[in-house]
Amino acid sequence: MDDSLALFIEIVPTLLAAVPVTLVLTFLSAVIGNTLALPVAVGSLSPHIYLRYPSLFYIFVMRGTPLLAQTYLIYYGLGELFPGTWVQQSFLWPYLRDGFWYAIFAFSLNTAGYTGEILRGAILAVPKGEIEAARAYGFSRFLIFWRVTLPRAIQICLPTMTGETILLLKATSLASLITVWEVMGTARQIQKVTFRVYEPLIAAGILYILMVFILTRLMMVVEQSINRHRLASV
Amino acid sequence: MDTTLKVEDLHKKFGAVEVLKGVSLEARTGDVIAMIGSSGSGKSTLLRCINLLETPNSGRVYVNGELIRMKPLQDGTAKPEDIKQVERIRSKLAMVFQSFNLWTHRTILENVIEAPIHVLGLPRKEAIERAEILLAKVGIAEKRNFYPNHLSGGQQQRAAIARALAMEPSVLLFDEPTSALDPELIGEVLQVMRKLAEEGRTMLVVTHEIGFARDVASEIVFLHKGHIEEKGPPREVIGSPKSERLRQFLSATRH
Amino acid sequence: MRFVEGLVVTVEVSVAAYCISLILGLIGAGAKLSNSKVVRGIADLYTTLVRALPELLLLLLIYFSGADAIKFILSLISEDFEDFEINTFAAAVAALGFIGGAYMTEVMRGAILSIPNSQIEAAKACGMSRFLTLRRVILPQMLRYALPGMGNLWLSATKDSSLISVLGNTQDLLFMGYRASAVTKHYGFFYSVAAILFLAITIISMIVIKMLEARVNRGYR
Repeated sequence: MDDSLALFIEIVPTLLAAVPVTLVLTFLSAVIGNTLALPVAVGSLSPHIYLRYPSLFYIFVMRGTPLLAQTYLIYYGLGELFPGTWVQQSFLWPYLRDGFWYAIFAFSLNTAGYTGEILRGAILAVPKGEIEAARAYGFSRFLIFWRVTLPRAIQICLPTMTGETILLLKATSLASLITVWEVMGTARQIQKVTFRVYEPLIAAGILYILMVFILTRLMMVVEQSINRHRLASV
Repeated sequence: MDTTLKVEDLHKKFGAVEVLKGVSLEARTGDVIAMIGSSGSGKSTLLRCINLLETPNSGRVYVNGELIRMKPLQDGTAKPEDIKQVERIRSKLAMVFQSFNLWTHRTILENVIEAPIHVLGLPRKEAIERAEILLAKVGIAEKRNFYPNHLSGGQQQRAAIARALAMEPSVLLFDEPTSALDPELIGEVLQVMRKLAEEGRTMLVVTHEIGFARDVASEIVFLHKGHIEEKGPPREVIGSPKSERLRQFLSATRH
Repeated sequence: MRFVEGLVVTVEVSVAAYCISLILGLIGAGAKLSNSKVVRGIADLYTTLVRALPELLLLLLIYFSGADAIKFILSLISEDFEDFEINTFAAAVAALGFIGGAYMTEVMRGAILSIPNSQIEAAKACGMSRFLTLRRVILPQMLRYALPGMGNLWLSATKDSSLISVLGNTQDLLFMGYRASAVTKHYGFFYSVAAILFLAITIISMIVIKMLEARVNRGYR
């Protein structure tokens, strides 16, 4: 037991160093993915078929296939395209060599699909009366969307988004399978180097629990500040 | 410009049901027209056709002498030719809804300044000044930083009226403004509306409050099944109704 | 068409894991609603831990600890078993089932709490025993509220099943995609084929779920 504990203490700093990688993966994928989700959601509600069907199809594919499959497809699939092409000489190559950016790309696309669906439902749930009032006052369609529909929709879907962000944090562990040294990947590496099976995993587990806990608290603060107006009547 | 609002021969169908069967109306500056009738008579639809929340199948709407240009479609309906014209005209017609429809993610003050800033292009400071005056006028100035969900129904409706007034509209459109209120709150809203009428504002009010119509309106229009059965000054319409249906309607709604 | 074999394996893993989740979910939900603080605490710990950790991590942990535990037990029985290799299929199924059970617990718990109290009171008033109430009133009604969540968890199970390839298992659909593409170097094409087959599973599942939802909701519209 003693050398277990000692090993533990040795492992933790190494794992801690990988925490920023996990967090950056989560953050970037969330930002890019959620931004992309907006056109996806709007497109899926468009009256034009050639906008609506592709958007709905995109959402369907993202949610209907495993994230792992999407990740492999992007990492290996794109990876086979590049060698021998002009891209290798370009400024982009350093980015494209490393699994990190493929992971972000895959996670962002996936997030866009899931969040797109959530946002779509939220937009549909905005009270029609408030939209009608904006119409009646002469707001242009763009203004109505920007000042009424979107703010309300974001409020409506915020709790679900908290859950989704947590799921994204956990999903970053899949990046370890395409050579990204985030927490999970680092833990696996430690396993191989030290031949100890449990300590790295348990340490990683504790770190994940901590990250999830802090992230949840953070999202609750955000939720509360945006939802001031929902408090029960004074 | 004497005639602020003119409606000529409006027809409106929902699917196979014709709700408006050729309605014509005129409102001069300062008129307060109350539209009464049973449910399904088409009064709300008429109001909503004026600011094009519903599009009439045929007929003409003139606001301040300007005709809203419509384009007929193949399936018998029509749509506005120029959405920009519609948006511009809507900014001159402010509507107060039965269910208030305040924007619940903004404070009362923000609700009142929202349209003037974003539709009329008013500078923020001016919009706020205007809003403060109006909120005081309807009696809820102290609630300016509250959110709509924190206010009573009567307060919310008064806020909605302030929001409408902030656009300095040519005509105020009221769509059953008190129908969703608890009885004890109706009075405060009617009081505000009465004050507006006394100031000489042009108002079109769809309502069930016959007493209000009798006391405040300059003209009462009785709609039945998409037609205007009777119209005239309150003395005549309520005092000595000519049509049998109107008599029935009045006796049924008398309390 | 090894892809089809892979498809079958994927479905097998999903079904098996899902069944385990169902059982664990029922037990878990019951535990969470129990009167005993200890039982509730254990159930809470279960769901909180499982839902806070990445599936990959849990999969590995359960695989290793499960394998070690079984090896240990078997070694007590006989020395011949020391080199026993745990079947990756069974390990993945157990792990995924364990994980799914935590989510399922929450779904079922929420569903049971959504049943209007009046229904249970009516059963009590008729003199139904607690067990009978459970069987004839709570379970059927809970199904109606739980179905959407259960449907989602099924879809998750089908997708998470592909994690089995991480344990070294070489039979599921995703691994088939890898195998085919590694050999031919046409990664894009073969992974896409795998993806399309996953979509097929999803589409069929969604149709079945819709039908089940319609059936369970008759009498309510």
